[in-house]
Amino acid sequence: MMEVLFYIAAMVALIATMAALTRANAAHALIYLIVSLLAVAVLFFLMGAPFAAALEIVIYAGAIMVLFVFVIMMLNLGEAGNTREREWLSPRNWVVPGILAGLLLLELLLALRHAPTTTSGVSVDPKTVGLTLFGPYVLAVEIASMLLLAGLVGAYHLGRRFIVRREGQR
Amino acid sequence: MGGLQVPLEHVLLLAAVLFSCGLMGLMLRRNIIFMLMSLEVMLNAAALAFVAAGARWGQADGQIIFLLILSVAAAEVAVGLGLVLQIQRRFKTLDMDQANRLRG
Repeated sequence: MMEVLFYIAAMVALIATMAALTRANAAHALIYLIVSLLAVAVLFFLMGAPFAAALEIVIYAGAIMVLFVFVIMMLNLGEAGNTREREWLSPRNWVVPGILAGLLLLELLLALRHAPTTTSGVSVDPKTVGLTLFGPYVLAVEIASMLLLAGLVGAYHLGRRFIVRREGQR
Repeated sequence: MGGLQVPLEHVLLLAAVLFSCGLMGLMLRRNIIFMLMSLEVMLNAAALAFVAAGARWGQADGQIIFLLILSVAAAEVAVGLGLVLQIQRRFKTLDMDQANRLRG
């Protein structure tokens, strides 16, 4: 029964991702991407990683996608943008990216062929994750905090100039 | 609640297909917002592979690498979307082929 849930979630993730990357309307693509991320969160939960599943929903499908929504709303793309996107999505543009991505996928499949094994079925609870995170991996936490600080400063710098110029234009 | 025993190669297969989808989207699209979304898909596929590997041995390490990937994705999206706003303001378009000069 649970295996069926797993494969259903995997199919949902695949279909939603394909749909997200082929939409012309950015807002529609974003909703499909959120569905795909929620399906991956279900996969995490079923594989025994409940903490990762919660973070996938809260941070990926919540915070990061909300940032995308804000920017799409601020840009106000409209119907002209959709028409231009449809032009760019014409079939002849698909050939080379499709072939290259297909070849890489083929290589990955060949590399994965000789690994018949199953996941352990052991659920790793958040307490274990936290103890490991602040034990052997504490240096990685520090580096991640510096990375996030750099992202914060960079985003503030870029966005602040945008807001100042907008006010100056009025 | 315990986890589920699924074949590891099926999860890795899904991660590989998702990654290839993201790569194809990155090459196919010219709109910078869709390119950022493709990057998110690729990072998410990598995270799926890490969590599957963590589940294979029942260790927490996979989920910790997932956390680090999450912070990388958050920082990348914050800076990337700031750049999107700047590009839209300077070039009046989101076409990456138009935005090929460093000083507008």
